[in-house]
Amino acid sequence: MKYIEEYRDADLTKKLLKDLDNIITKNWTLMEVCGGQTHSIIKSGLDQLLPKKINLVHGPGCPVCVTPLELIDKAIALASRSDIIFTSFGDMIRVPGSKTDLFAVKAAGGDVRIIYSPLDALKIAKENPDKTIVFFGIGFETTAPPNAMLVHQAKLQNVNNFCMLVSHVTVPAAIKALMDSPDIEVDGFLAAGHVCTVMGYWEYEPLALKYKIPIVVTGFEPVDIMHGIIKSVSQLENGIHIVENAYARSVVRGGNKPAQAIINQVFEICDRSWRGIGVIPQSGYRLRGEYADFDAERRFPEIQGIETKESEICISGLVLQGRKKPNECPAFGKECTPQNPLGATMVSTEGACAAYFQFGRLGIRSDHGR
Amino acid sequence: MQHIFNSEGWELEVIMEDNKSQLNLAGWSCPIPLINYPTIVLGHGSGGKMMADLIQHLFAPVFNSQLLNQLNDSTVLDLKEILNSYPSKRLAFTTDSFVINPIFFPGGNIGDLSIYGTVNDLAMSGAKPLFLSAGFILEEGLPMNSLGIIVSSMASACKTANVCIAAGDTKVVNKGHGDGIYINTTGIGIIPEGINISISNAAPGDVILINGSVGDHGMAIMSVRSGLEFETTIQSDTAPLNGLVDELIDATHEIHCMRDATRGGLAAVLNEMAVSSNVGVEFIETAVPIKPEVNAACEMLGLDPFYIANEGKMVVVVPENQADKVLMAMRKHSLGKDAAEIGRVVENHRGLVTAHTRIGGNRIVDLPAGELLPRIC
Repeated sequence: MKYIEEYRDADLTKKLLKDLDNIITKNWTLMEVCGGQTHSIIKSGLDQLLPKKINLVHGPGCPVCVTPLELIDKAIALASRSDIIFTSFGDMIRVPGSKTDLFAVKAAGGDVRIIYSPLDALKIAKENPDKTIVFFGIGFETTAPPNAMLVHQAKLQNVNNFCMLVSHVTVPAAIKALMDSPDIEVDGFLAAGHVCTVMGYWEYEPLALKYKIPIVVTGFEPVDIMHGIIKSVSQLENGIHIVENAYARSVVRGGNKPAQAIINQVFEICDRSWRGIGVIPQSGYRLRGEYADFDAERRFPEIQGIETKESEICISGLVLQGRKKPNECPAFGKECTPQNPLGATMVSTEGACAAYFQFGRLGIRSDHGR
Repeated sequence: MQHIFNSEGWELEVIMEDNKSQLNLAGWSCPIPLINYPTIVLGHGSGGKMMADLIQHLFAPVFNSQLLNQLNDSTVLDLKEILNSYPSKRLAFTTDSFVINPIFFPGGNIGDLSIYGTVNDLAMSGAKPLFLSAGFILEEGLPMNSLGIIVSSMASACKTANVCIAAGDTKVVNKGHGDGIYINTTGIGIIPEGINISISNAAPGDVILINGSVGDHGMAIMSVRSGLEFETTIQSDTAPLNGLVDELIDATHEIHCMRDATRGGLAAVLNEMAVSSNVGVEFIETAVPIKPEVNAACEMLGLDPFYIANEGKMVVVVPENQADKVLMAMRKHSLGKDAAEIGRVVENHRGLVTAHTRIGGNRIVDLPAGELLPRIC
């Protein structure tokens, strides 16, 4: 596959590993922000090949993991109604709410449909005029443009039997919150390449400056990730802290302007709750006033009262902030497994706990360098 | 395989890919009373005249099986006759239900799939498949035309796989209580003397082989599944493996395990073997054949091709000293042209499957937790 195979090249990866070995003199902790990067690191086995001086910690960039339990319970409440067709991206379906998940709702007769393109929700709405179609609008800046376009098109085409349950979050606010927390031990960030494809990287420049920390825009294949790590380590070894772009084949500084325009037209910045972390100010999107009719929480005000409580033993919040390793959780591998997850980080293949669970069983290095 | 039918959908001709075996069903077209019902109605399962018509004008002529023509409550099989042809003391017996959606997909349909699926399950224990039963659960409203195509492809699949439908049943359920058509097939085969193939026979040092590219069937289905449609040339690999198995058994009687990599894909078979045989399994990612278009579709959907279903692929485990011989035999057969050695059975990490990754790392390849879900990003 052109433009993917090249970035999985074994010889090139080995050369980059050697290059990294040549420049690294101290121990450095880097956070890969995006769950897609975590997934790729584990899937390729890159974590076992890195020098021991590199400690990779997983960041909060797994959309499935950070969507608050409360929102999942609201989704479940909506999906259970006979007058609603509930549509969602695939991997949200398996995430457990307080009592059940969307798979179980489907089994109990709820009309839950996995869609791949958000605009499919509009098609379903037109085909089912006597039902309300709810789309679970989650994710980072990556899924925000197509989700915004969905709402925009619904308004434009007067598809009024459609609404969206919104739980959109943004990366820079999360990085800021992490850096402001007192016991964070991260020396540099591998920023999420897909998010930066949409948003560009100019908004990370003040963060790099303020917190004196390298932020390197990084892609998702082994060669991309090595490229990001080398740039970060090179900065750290030389006492530099700037934003660099190690994913230039996809990202430009200003990002994708039309995509940003549709986000800004449909969404506005708001405070958002992150699962396991809590409310981060100015860290998400909600629908603007002119699109408020398409807000599922407004359309179905009865779900606004749903309140939930996380498992008392689950430490996924600390894991998502890179403050605890998954295997430091008392429930890890015991009460909590991928088949019976207590927190979302054990559900998604991008979740740090699920990844650790796999590797711990083999007894190979699961601590990413520590 | 190509189907030809007239504007009413009644004259069927099935042209096999090799153009050798043609099944001309022109003779069975019957305008009355089936034509009055372009779709299946409850009456077709009622046990009355409509059901008799369905059997007489559709199932019987298409399957053209003398055993079916006994028309008894149960078909009587002559054991002596069987044993004369295949001296043996052991039978293989299996059942499988087919609920695939959509029922027509690139490279096949639920009909040929239901024959090959059961034939392959029999073949995996080294058995020669002989007799199949076919149970149909039809949903009211299924186009008669679709049923005609499905049944005729079952007939041609039987011919290709050299098996015979010996018993059958049809039920009709109310609209909304089925997915058009479900088919159950049960099969009986006979196991030649000296063959002992089991998923629990893998031993450290054994070599793991596969007869071709993985993921074709699952991705062909996903490409036409409602809500996920994407343009591709991927075809299902649905095929009967018994012919290939015959060749392998001719090459050696020392095959330890064989399993077709259906639901759960290659990863599920290797995991089942690791647990059942209490061994470790290691495979090399780059050694597993994957078609570029399957790989691309998996990348797009965020799926791992090792977990995707196949319907014409099997994992074969043999002692090291038999591996070359078996691999050669595989590659000589049309269903094993792309056969490859993909890994080894090992002493350590018993019960676990690991993959040696392209860049030189290792990872665990676990059983999938449940249904495969496209990832968000």
